[in-house]
Amino acid sequence: MSKRKVKETHMPVGECISQYGYIFQVQMILRERFCHQRLPEKPVGMESQHKHLLELLRRTAVHGESNSVLIVGPRGSGKTMLLNCVLRELLEVKDVNKNVLPVHLNGLLQTDDRIALKEITRQLNLENVVGDKVFGSFAENLAFLLEALKKGDRSSSRPVLFILDEFDLFAHHKNQTLLYNLLDVSQSAQAPVAVIGLTCRLDVLELLEKRVKSRFSHRQIHLLSSLSFIQYLDNVRSQLSLPQDFPDTNFYDEWNDGIKTLCEDQSVVDVLQRHYNSSKDFRSLHLLLMLALSRVSASKPAIKPTDLLEASRVCMVDSKANILHGLSILELCLIIAMKHLNDIYEGEPFNFQMVHNEFKKFLQRKSHSIHNFDKPVVIKAFEHLQQLELIKSMDSSTAKIQKEYQLMKLLLDHSQIMEALQKYPQCPTDVKQWAMSAFG
Amino acid sequence: MVRYFTRLRMRRIYKWGGRPYIFDRKLKSYGFEYLNMSVEGQEAVTTVTPGQYILIEGNDDEYPFVAKLLKFFGDESHKQKKALVQWFLRLSEVPQNKKLLLGRSPHPQEIFYYLGRACDNEINAESILGTVDVQHVPEDTPFPEPGTKDTLYVKLSWDTKAFNVLDPVLMQDTPASTPPKPALPLFPPCASPTATPVSRGPVRRALPTPDPTVMRRAGSVSDTRATMSAGKRSTLEAESIHSASKLSASKILSAKRRGSAADTPGVRKKLQLSIGASPGKKMTRADVLCELLDEEMESEKVISLKLSSSVSHSLQHGCSLSPMRSGCKTPNGQRRFPWKLSSISLDRLSPTALGEQDLSRATTPSRRKESAMAIRKPALGVLAEEDSEDSPMQPIALTPRSKRKSAQLVSLRIRKQLNLLDNTQELISDGDDDCFVPSKKDLQSSSDEEKTDSEEETRGRNCKTSVRTPCKTPSKKKDLQSSSDSEEETMVRKTRGRNGKASARTPCKTPSKKVTPSTPRHATPSIPSRTVPARQPGNILEEARARLHVSSVPESLPCREQEFQDIYNFVESKVMDGTGGCMYISGVPGTGKTATIHEVIRCLQHASDMDEIPTFRFIEINGMKMTDPHQAYVQILQKLTDQKVTADHAAALLEKRFSNPAPKKETTVLLVDELDLLWTRKQNVMYNLFDWPTRRHARLVVLTIANTMDLPERIMINRVASRLGLTRMSFQPYSFKQLQQIITSRLNKVKAFEEDALQLVSRKVAALSGDARRCLDICRRATEICEHSTSHPSSAGLVRMNHVMEALDEMFSSSYITAIRCASLQEQLFLRAVIAEFRRLGLEEATFQQVFVQHRALSRVEGLQPISVSEGLAVCQRLGACRLLLLEASRLDMLQRVRLNVSQDDVLYALKAVRD
Repeated sequence: MSKRKVKETHMPVGECISQYGYIFQVQMILRERFCHQRLPEKPVGMESQHKHLLELLRRTAVHGESNSVLIVGPRGSGKTMLLNCVLRELLEVKDVNKNVLPVHLNGLLQTDDRIALKEITRQLNLENVVGDKVFGSFAENLAFLLEALKKGDRSSSRPVLFILDEFDLFAHHKNQTLLYNLLDVSQSAQAPVAVIGLTCRLDVLELLEKRVKSRFSHRQIHLLSSLSFIQYLDNVRSQLSLPQDFPDTNFYDEWNDGIKTLCEDQSVVDVLQRHYNSSKDFRSLHLLLMLALSRVSASKPAIKPTDLLEASRVCMVDSKANILHGLSILELCLIIAMKHLNDIYEGEPFNFQMVHNEFKKFLQRKSHSIHNFDKPVVIKAFEHLQQLELIKSMDSSTAKIQKEYQLMKLLLDHSQIMEALQKYPQCPTDVKQWAMSAFG
Repeated sequence: MVRYFTRLRMRRIYKWGGRPYIFDRKLKSYGFEYLNMSVEGQEAVTTVTPGQYILIEGNDDEYPFVAKLLKFFGDESHKQKKALVQWFLRLSEVPQNKKLLLGRSPHPQEIFYYLGRACDNEINAESILGTVDVQHVPEDTPFPEPGTKDTLYVKLSWDTKAFNVLDPVLMQDTPASTPPKPALPLFPPCASPTATPVSRGPVRRALPTPDPTVMRRAGSVSDTRATMSAGKRSTLEAESIHSASKLSASKILSAKRRGSAADTPGVRKKLQLSIGASPGKKMTRADVLCELLDEEMESEKVISLKLSSSVSHSLQHGCSLSPMRSGCKTPNGQRRFPWKLSSISLDRLSPTALGEQDLSRATTPSRRKESAMAIRKPALGVLAEEDSEDSPMQPIALTPRSKRKSAQLVSLRIRKQLNLLDNTQELISDGDDDCFVPSKKDLQSSSDEEKTDSEEETRGRNCKTSVRTPCKTPSKKKDLQSSSDSEEETMVRKTRGRNGKASARTPCKTPSKKVTPSTPRHATPSIPSRTVPARQPGNILEEARARLHVSSVPESLPCREQEFQDIYNFVESKVMDGTGGCMYISGVPGTGKTATIHEVIRCLQHASDMDEIPTFRFIEINGMKMTDPHQAYVQILQKLTDQKVTADHAAALLEKRFSNPAPKKETTVLLVDELDLLWTRKQNVMYNLFDWPTRRHARLVVLTIANTMDLPERIMINRVASRLGLTRMSFQPYSFKQLQQIITSRLNKVKAFEEDALQLVSRKVAALSGDARRCLDICRRATEICEHSTSHPSSAGLVRMNHVMEALDEMFSSSYITAIRCASLQEQLFLRAVIAEFRRLGLEEATFQQVFVQHRALSRVEGLQPISVSEGLAVCQRLGACRLLLLEASRLDMLQRVRLNVSQDDVLYALKAVRD
């Protein structure tokens, strides 16, 4: 509120409104970009793959040639984006447009062949579909689909594009029936199909059974970005820049110049370098830029280096250290006691009793600084830590052993504990010293 | 006049008549002059002599096979009774697609002289049902009036390809003209077995083959004999008419059967007239009826006894004929009604329709029991099954109650919307006739639309019957009922013919059939067709690519000549001999197992088209293309007979089909692909598949394919492996020369590849797997690369070494190293940390916590800002998702153990290259 007041003082109202509208538009455009709602004009850094896939699918669509292909790449490397770009491009071709039947399946949704078959039948709109439901047993559906595909032939029936997202999960279905059948169709003179698998597993072929594997054409399109940092920076700039068709040229210039200077700022480059070192994929980059973008408002109509630094800090922050900040002193003391136990016993598991003893020793030495807690209270604190999953029980069956004697392990690194202690608000110095001392 | 006896109801007794003469000394077979048939418990004896036309019990009860008897023979013990016949076909037995060749509408009683050779002309004499009249009608004369009821007419011959004008020499017998000849002609031994038109066809190997001169002589003999025997038959007929009083019951029934069979009211009327005339006019109709019903009761008692004794046996009976009806034979156009069937229904109807309850009550303990029997209907066997077919309609058709009708209407409407209420609805509307419920419901299960129109029809006929019911005599009424039965029957058939055929047959076994709506039966599975036809390959590379696609069927299969020959010989010999057998074929994927068998079958099919071998059926199932091993039965049955049934029922039907003799059975060649997936714990699917061929009448050749050579030893229990036998074949992986030959033959003079390039591909693939599919795929990819590498697609030249190298690289090179090279810095660092930690521990496994300590140290060395634990975990997870690392479940957080999925050397190599 106060910011807006400040802004209103030195800006005419009309300009303010238009400014506000532009900012709104910028937010819209960039958010669509970062949230993957709009496909980019052209996939970046994967031209050859794009060409390969497009050619392949075009041949299926136009010539009726059956094919199978796997698109392999780490998470966030743009597999789905590439495929969607290719499909968009393919469907723009006039005589392809009404000739292909895309079928989208996802290994996370179609967890077994029965569901997958129903989904295929539904998407193909075969004749045993009534409304939105597919009737008939699993066996009937399979026979029906196979019969349907068998009846087709290369020249006359419409090519079907089977798109299997999370392809590796389909390989876990019983007998790999679905994969075998789809790939078998792709290798025999039946209705033309293209089987496109998307996966992030490099060893996906090893998951396939030998006869399924033999039927797969072994075309793999790898999406491994070998982007250099310069290209990465360029990409950041282009991602943040406004498109040519932005209505107001003034604002467009202003914004794009701002972005340009932003990308030349040394601190920003450092932040981006750090991100680049951590991961090259665009998804994490988009997350970072999204955070920065959300700090843009009408009063602050540009992304400043500080925004990016702040966003980076949010991205990089250690989640467990954050949890530690919220703990009570008692819980923190227990964590420190556990740390000491870990030091003494070299990472062997401990139980509550041991932690409690350690804690009591500390209290005896520095009884004045911390209030003496009853055992039930300490147990409660211990359980809270367990709920926060800062400690984890080692035994699978918890029922048999008493709570106090259950073996636990600490899920924190020493560095995390020390870091948390440094930042902990008003931490008693005794506790800090205890934590830093070598032994209890 | 047709008079043949029931099959299961009354046992027929067959006795040789006349003096036996030695027919073949070597085989010790005797010829006989005639055969006496009688029905157990009746004195009536029918004599069948060679030369007569006979009806032979077949797949279709109401539609027996017709043949001309040529000769009787048997062995010394007189136990085996065989007969040689010349077959005649009904139009319904002619394949559906060939029926059009006739070019005119067939006469309902027309049959065709069979000149094909697929059918075994040796039959079991005990399958003869009786005699029939057959007349030869010259080509240009029209058929006689349909009024001359039971005679069948021959005009044309059928040689499995076309209808020809029948040579009158073959059919020299016009019964009317030849004077009756009391003495039976004796034929010289040795002449008769082949002394017939059948000798045109290939003489079956199993039979002694006479030399051609004898055969010629025999031909002429047979002609004379034909005339003589025809005359004799007419006497026989006369005799039988005289003994009408004895035979009256069966005669009435058979006549009624005919009556019920006739489709048009006109014919029916005539038949009724004939009934009035035939029974010797000594008895009143009521008497006849009583006698008849008594008979029924007796036989039913026997049956119920049987029923209690063996249920499993009866189960088989219950499904006995269904597979054949639609399998070997095309659905019948003309419907007949076996008289036993009508008699049964009549019996059941009697309480309500005829008012003869006392009679039925006297014999059967209670009606309830009867109905219970009808539900289970096991031992009634075939005819019970027939019963169930028409029974659904009976209650409605015979008791025209308006209340019922309205109830039906309501139920119909409800069912239209909701199939689920079937059961209850039935119970309400049918009340006391609950014995019909299962079958009716079953009928309904066929499909919604079918049901509606059948019911509408029923209702329509309902009114018809009610109009007609005021007939005077009970027998007439009965006739009417049975005729309406027949109508129902035809109607039921019609509906069934349109959908699956199967459902109506299952009735009693699955009374609680699922009522969830299933896929509409009439749905034709198909992928919509495209608007623009697919483009044809434009240039050489595209052409080559199309030829190299695995799916394109090559003109020939090179490199598998030996295997081809072996399989061909195996199948051919089995088909020729009409025996069965198993063969097991193994080989790694992509070695042409299935392709070779398909090629064999194509060749055999061609041979059978050329009449070199008998016709056979080819069926293919694939273990991978079914959801459950037991679905194998369903698929086999569906491919054999086009009926859809449950797995258990299909198993029973197949069992029946393969274990029972059927005169005109062609060999079935069954290909079972991916055999190992048919494994079940009890292995009963495999057991059955291998057991059927060993049955005497199965005529089943089973070819099985799997990948592993020792599959029988590894997964099969002894009794299965033993039945599989030792006919095995193993397809070796292709050598590089063979692969090269395959590609060259596929390319077939399309010059698209450099010779060296081809050799490289084939050597590489042969060294790795010998998988022809792989080889073709690589070549295809190479053509694409070649096409893309040149700027103008038109100028794209040969596929050269470098293109092939690139394709090979793409397909064979492991992507791990590239993946490591393309990983982000922290990821690479993490991998180094993993290796460092492994070295420190001396183990190939470490927890994330341990690795992370190393990671932190390394990043300090590298001068990078250390990352937080959360980030480190994220890095670790990313590497795990690519499967560069193998991770434990992520809920273990810092304690999850980390392993490398790549060798340490590979990692170091990749990382070193990055740094350099």
